[in-house]
Amino acid sequence: MPNNKKMYDKGKVVAGLIIFGVLITFPLWYNHLKVAPAPEPKLVGKAAKAGQECIEPKSFMKAEHMLVLDIWRDTVVRSAKRVYVNESGKEFEMSLTNTCLDCHTEKAEFCDKCHNYALVLPYCWDCHIDPKEKM
Amino acid sequence: MNISYMYSLIAVMVLFLLAYLGAQVTVGKVFLGFIIPFLAAITFIVGFIYRVVDWARSPVPFCIPTTCGQQKSLPWIKSAPIENPSTTGGVIVRMFLEIVFFRSLFRNTKQKLKEGDKLSYEWEIWLWVGALAFHWAFFTVVFRHLRFFLEPVPACIQIVENLDGFLQIALPGLLLSGVVLLAAVTFLFLRRIFIPQVRYISLASDFFPLFLIMGIAFTGILMRYFTKVDIVGIKDFAMGLVTFHFHIPEGVGGLFYVHLFFVSILLAYFPFSKLMHLGGIFMSPTRNLTTNSRVKRHINPWNYPVKVHSYEAYEDEFREKMVEVGLPVEKMIEPEPPKEDAPPEEEAEPPEEAEPPEKEAELPEESEEKE
Ligand code: HEM
Repeated sequence: MPNNKKMYDKGKVVAGLIIFGVLITFPLWYNHLKVAPAPEPKLVGKAAKAGQECIEPKSFMKAEHMLVLDIWRDTVVRSAKRVYVNESGKEFEMSLTNTCLDCHTEKAEFCDKCHNYALVLPYCWDCHIDPKEKM
Repeated sequence: MNISYMYSLIAVMVLFLLAYLGAQVTVGKVFLGFIIPFLAAITFIVGFIYRVVDWARSPVPFCIPTTCGQQKSLPWIKSAPIENPSTTGGVIVRMFLEIVFFRSLFRNTKQKLKEGDKLSYEWEIWLWVGALAFHWAFFTVVFRHLRFFLEPVPACIQIVENLDGFLQIALPGLLLSGVVLLAAVTFLFLRRIFIPQVRYISLASDFFPLFLIMGIAFTGILMRYFTKVDIVGIKDFAMGLVTFHFHIPEGVGGLFYVHLFFVSILLAYFPFSKLMHLGGIFMSPTRNLTTNSRVKRHINPWNYPVKVHSYEAYEDEFREKMVEVGLPVEKMIEPEPPKEDAPPEEEAEPPEEAEPPEKEAELPEESEEKE
């Protein structure tokens, strides 16, 4: 650093640095120094309450559910195959409505919880609406 | 052969291993998860401010804006108000276009010998294309990452994400900016390898940030499209990181820690490196000065009072001796009898009249003549 302590254009430089500081610490004050609680998706369907198990373990579903749905759709629509066999040999009908929605009845209580939190908003819902949702 | 890229590549590979292996033990997670990111963030903020203040303390001795157009002069000469801005407004527009669109880089040319020995200059646009793609993609990716740090997520982030994923292909949906970032940084790297002149001047410190950013983009893309991570867990962790509520996310693999570690290294490295051009562009006198050197005198801030001996004073001191040896003088010695002096008085200026106004009055006359 030069030994003279004078800052040239001090007003402008300080203003710029304040803008820098505000932008860089934006998440800090936007969240009011608090961590919003992580979402807890709820299973409210009857089948879930009756102890129905998911088609695959939770950790797998968490990471791959979108691929499962995508593959199911293609298999049903293109190959007319409707039976899914999981790791342990159990069979399920490849159907969102008849299989998944038995447990995951409420989109708002289950899917949206994490999807809104992580801002993952698939375009499926641009056309396929959840009838319970008000437009 | 320039092998400096090898040092940088090895450095980044060592960092990768360090983070990947470190993440396997709890102590490593504590270090990689918050001690290092926290120290890196502080280094970045303090270092950034230090560098900018350092620049602000360096005097600019001359008015040195680079110009690419006609300076403002006489009203009937068309001037270029942005290329050669004589007003603060012009400077702001020029700075904005420079920072957001890299306007001066757009004019990049390359020299080449053609047909043996004919020197030719060609417009070279690819560096501009690559640099613009890289910086915009980087900004977009970082902006989209705010979804991990803000709750509720502001709508503008969703808009950017929708635009970024407009191709609507792949699952999870392909976000263009991540891919463009990796492609552009690879291009900028290959440019340094394949163009001999650029390779010759490339240092390890040019390659290191490229490899580091390549690593960040690569691990990010792996996480999103291939290995998958627990986004909800990571968001909870990331929010904790920025609000000082630290806790280790469960079931998050080594790749995430590598990603975070690379970003921490990038932040900590930032103020010490060429990456400071982020702050430097605002502090560049060749860009941020008004080209008003003909209107306003730019005083060198380190001017100290210099003892001058003007010609006037010199003549006053030596007039008699000069006249004696026949040297021309501006002011004749006033002879004692004033009557005889009438003819030479026309040439020499009467001492009563103030000099400066007369000189100023002379100038417009001259320019009118030229018109
Ligand atoms: C310089 C800053 C960073 C850059 C350039 C960067 C770059 C990337 C890129 C290119 C991707 C691929 C997906 C996409 O395009 O969004 C990605 C994904 C990811 N990054 Fe970063 N990243 C940065 C900082 C961070 C930080 C600080 C975190 C810590 C919270 C983080 C966490 C993640 C996660 C969790 C993913 C996976 C996203 C998903 O699965 O959707 N990144 N990153």
